[in-house]
Amino acid sequence: MRLNIDEVSVVYPASDGRPPVSALSKIDLEIGDKEFIVALGASGCGKSTLLNLIAGFLSPTSGQLTLDDMPVCGPGADRAVVFQKHALLPWLNVLDNVAFGLRIQGVGAAARNETANRFVKLLGLDGFQKSPVYKLSGGMQQRVGIARALTCNPKILLMDEPLGALDALTREKAQELILNIWNDTAKSVFFITHSVEEALFMGTKLIVMSPRPGRITHRFDLPFSRQVLAGAAARAVKASSDFIRLREQVLEIIFADEEAVAT
Amino acid sequence: MNEHRPPRAAQAPGITGRLSRARPTKPGEIYGVPGQGNTLWLSALSIAFFFFVWWLVTEMGWVKPLFVPSPVSIVKKFLEIWNGGFTGTPFVDHVVISTARVFGAFLLACAIGLPLGLAMGMSPVVRGIFDPPIEFYRPIPPLAYLPLMIIWFGIGETSKVLLIFLSVFAPVVLGARSGVRSAAIEQIHAAYSFGATRWQVMRHVILPSALPEILTAMRIGIGFGWTTLVAAEMVAATKGLGYMVLSASQFLQTPVVILGIFIIAIIAFAFDLLMRFLERRLVPWKGRM
Repeated sequence: MRLNIDEVSVVYPASDGRPPVSALSKIDLEIGDKEFIVALGASGCGKSTLLNLIAGFLSPTSGQLTLDDMPVCGPGADRAVVFQKHALLPWLNVLDNVAFGLRIQGVGAAARNETANRFVKLLGLDGFQKSPVYKLSGGMQQRVGIARALTCNPKILLMDEPLGALDALTREKAQELILNIWNDTAKSVFFITHSVEEALFMGTKLIVMSPRPGRITHRFDLPFSRQVLAGAAARAVKASSDFIRLREQVLEIIFADEEAVAT
Repeated sequence: MNEHRPPRAAQAPGITGRLSRARPTKPGEIYGVPGQGNTLWLSALSIAFFFFVWWLVTEMGWVKPLFVPSPVSIVKKFLEIWNGGFTGTPFVDHVVISTARVFGAFLLACAIGLPLGLAMGMSPVVRGIFDPPIEFYRPIPPLAYLPLMIIWFGIGETSKVLLIFLSVFAPVVLGARSGVRSAAIEQIHAAYSFGATRWQVMRHVILPSALPEILTAMRIGIGFGWTTLVAAEMVAATKGLGYMVLSASQFLQTPVVILGIFIIAIIAFAFDLLMRFLERRLVPWKGRM
């Protein structure tokens, strides 16, 4: 799988007397097989716009997006989205929520329940198949969302701050869970976060974005997730001097952007 | 001197202080939620007090029976009509015909109003076309267009059911229309990203999430239906609860008027309870996600 983003710009047209806004300017990005790309940046830098482009909810003003050499036009099951919240269907139980994508694609009840069950177990939700989703904790709801995204065997997972609404402890556990799932299923991932630590910990590549106009200013290759998957303890990795040095470096970039916007 | 005032909590709470300040809650309650607390006992007491005052003023002869007949005379009247009918028609027939008119109009309004409301929510074209006529007639009292109904559709069942239909129709349409907006954009995007068609999004996401608002709209709608019943049975009716109330009032049979009002209230309330029960069964997730 290869996702190519080639000189893509997005301009929101002028409205209410305000001048047109350049949300993204000449973005070049390539996402390859089994890559875990994390996008980080001050608010308004166009992270979500970029995700919406890849998902097909938005079409670029100029430039081109291709997935395996086919142009991206509109949403499709080869790109699954995990949202921050509000994306589950409260009238369905856990199993039916996970099986929702397959149901949309016309898969029969027996087959879709079997597949859904596999992912329910993979995400550690076994025993909750019949539970109503609105009674689950935030962390479990996010796991349902991830299981649902995986059922249709997408080429890439698009995660829009999937852990943003979780408490700190649940969040750290969920980070490791997502890393393991990513490793087991061998998907490519495009992951948005506000947390520098999370970004460094999870990604194989980090893009730092900057607002007005939204663009990629820095790119880093990251070793940390592979260390964790090779058996290193998560907290030890996050406390290592390499990790801390890079964290401070990235934070400095982002703070400088925030200040530039404020003045 | 003023600087040495004791802290607020230490002040003896006067009556105004107690009324104007929120009190700490009991365990299990949340501090500051408006209108929190159980009202069952107060409601029961309120009803009991109402009947007691009613009984008292009639029993003591403070009010003439013509104006306010005693509760006992209402029960007597009820038994009389139950056994002998009213104006030659059995009591049950009056109830059945009125209920049939209201529910017939209600079902018709739902059958047309719900799809139309959903379509108005989904499509700017449909909304653009149907918004003006509905918004135009909605605030007009049914009594005002009753003469038109009679001129156009005669004095038979059509004009009666149509009048009730119109009063139910507007709230049902508006409820379904705003229900379309209940689905979170994330839910809709999730469905589209699985390759859903517009129709599938409608069927699997928008319709179920609109259900709470649709049920509320149906509850409000049938309430309007009962309100319009008496107006609908004003002209050329020979049966029905509305007819019973109106013709009794012309002969100053106050007990029958009050009896009719009670019967209408009881049926409407029973249906409201049924709708609330359905709501709990069908949309237990309402307001929880």
